[in-house]
Amino acid sequence: MTADRRRVGLKGICALLVVPAALHGQDPVPPIDQGVRIGITYTPGVRPGMLVLRTDAGEIVDSVEAILTRDLDYSDRFEMITLPGGERMLSTVRPAGDSGDGEGIRFVNYSLYSALGADFAVEVEPVDSNRVIVTLYDVYGQQEKKRISVVLGQVVNQAFRMVVHDIADQFVFGAAGEMGYSASSVLFVRNQRLLMIDADGGALRSAAPAEDSVYSPVWARSGRQFIYTVFTGTGGKLVLSDRPTASRRTISGTEQHTNFATAISPSGEEIAFARADGSGTHVYSYNLAQDCCLQRLTLDRFSDNLSPTFSPDGRRIAFVSDRPGLPQIYVMAVDGTGQELFAPMDWGVTGSSYAPEWSPDGTKVVFHRDVNRSPQLFILDTRSKEVRQLTSFGRNEDPTWAADSRHIAFVSDRTGSSQLWVIDLETGRVRQLTRIGGVRLPAWSPRLSETTTP
Amino acid sequence: MKLKLTMMLGAAVIVFAAACSSSPPPPPPGPDPDSIAREQARQDSLAREQARADSIARARQMEEQRIAREREEAARQARMITERVANMMATRINFDFDKYAVRAGADTEALEGKVAIMRANSAVRIEVVGHADERGSDEYNLALGNRRAIAARDFMVNRGIDASRITVRSMGERQPLDNRSNEDAWEANRRDEFRITAGGNQLVMPSGM
Repeated sequence: MTADRRRVGLKGICALLVVPAALHGQDPVPPIDQGVRIGITYTPGVRPGMLVLRTDAGEIVDSVEAILTRDLDYSDRFEMITLPGGERMLSTVRPAGDSGDGEGIRFVNYSLYSALGADFAVEVEPVDSNRVIVTLYDVYGQQEKKRISVVLGQVVNQAFRMVVHDIADQFVFGAAGEMGYSASSVLFVRNQRLLMIDADGGALRSAAPAEDSVYSPVWARSGRQFIYTVFTGTGGKLVLSDRPTASRRTISGTEQHTNFATAISPSGEEIAFARADGSGTHVYSYNLAQDCCLQRLTLDRFSDNLSPTFSPDGRRIAFVSDRPGLPQIYVMAVDGTGQELFAPMDWGVTGSSYAPEWSPDGTKVVFHRDVNRSPQLFILDTRSKEVRQLTSFGRNEDPTWAADSRHIAFVSDRTGSSQLWVIDLETGRVRQLTRIGGVRLPAWSPRLSETTTP
Repeated sequence: MKLKLTMMLGAAVIVFAAACSSSPPPPPPGPDPDSIAREQARQDSLAREQARADSIARARQMEEQRIAREREEAARQARMITERVANMMATRINFDFDKYAVRAGADTEALEGKVAIMRANSAVRIEVVGHADERGSDEYNLALGNRRAIAARDFMVNRGIDASRITVRSMGERQPLDNRSNEDAWEANRRDEFRITAGGNQLVMPSGM
């Protein structure tokens, strides 16, 4: 019904708009305002149409509109409505009275927005120099769906961006019924330094001291902490970084040997990690809350075991083991019992499998597997044990889940250098997240709004 | 005229009188032959002593220089040997793709040489650092590098070297020798490196090498 209504509306709009939409070739990263959905390039879909109204009211409002537009687009849950040429619809202001005195009156032109194919509209209104009101309208229901008033800091401030990302996530929930992932960040390693970038590709920043040679970061489910490996002259130790206090500490007992590939249990009380020492590489668990009780979970002598990842219920750990010869995905209980093959494989046919990560909703495990010696992303359905291949172009590896269990960030060299990319499992849409090269080992945070929303 | 003559006469008288007023000086004393001989003998003795001392000093200096040269030569030889032995110890070994078994041939011979060096130099301790090429996951390559280091250590331990003298570590794919992405680079990067961590100041060449 939605698509039909939008199609009818678009016929009228297209008759009025003489300028046809530009026919662009498929760019791997289409600029957000060129995702033309009307005119001759329009393809009807089942996703609700989303219109972000343009207010023209200064730098802060412009920034909020831009970030919101990008976040809503990157949620991949809406058809973003834009005018040909990348123009955006202005907020509707009814002219002043015949006498000509007074300002125009802002009002919601539901019929126009509906004619454009919008099911929802977002408007940003300035209140004063640093306060805005952001409103989500239900165009079809002709009512205000959600209204958020926020005080914003400086535009360059990281907190400013996170507040807007959080609004976008709440609007995604208001319109689609599921939370977005915009208020999150991705940790990754580049030139042995730990960097962080927002989920929309903005605010690239350092996440650890520059002198640290780092490896394999991982987030706590709370988003308040993350752990990474710091290489020393004799091995690698695990360092826990606390975001709210910006403090760091070495996890006891990890000063010896090379400790890496950490996973943090959903409760945040336990960690599992790989330790490479004179006996090989094995998965260990450690009680972080009580600072004790190191336990080796994988005991076989002639194989390496690494890359643990907790199930969201905290009862199982998926990991990589090369006990069959080539590395494959295994699973065990958190106490190390019941170790068995997790991702099915054909002996002598299936390539090596690495880097598993359990989805936040627990239904899937993503990993990468060699296909003709080129790593590609695969998804394991944890219930049916079915495996399906996600990528095939270029080298694609080290996947990590977004909080919505729908988007995955991964490392790919499809444009010539190793960059972070994001794929949406529902639509298959792929977008580039970084543009700096040499990127590896990403770790996507949970939603960080609880620590940033004022 | 008469007065002039008188004055001249007077002056002559005065001069004469002055010339005859004192006695002639005594002749100087003659040399003492004994004293001269003694002094000469003393001088000669001193000269001989000095010459002898100089000779001894020169001889001592030459001896010291000779010893210094010999020591320097010995130290140079020792340094050369130490350097040669250290180079032999540092010889890398390489691995097949995604494998950690020590390959027969040159790599096995290189490890046998290291075993001999460690036998001949009981104070030597080493660290074996395993590396991987860029293919495979970062984390798996860290484990693979570790396994390669263990393989070399186990080879030496199986030939009698005390395991406590060898530590292992992995760099995974983080320190490639060759940054290119081709077979030659990958082959070079799949390696073990060996570093002497103690007892390497003066190394002895094993017999038969």
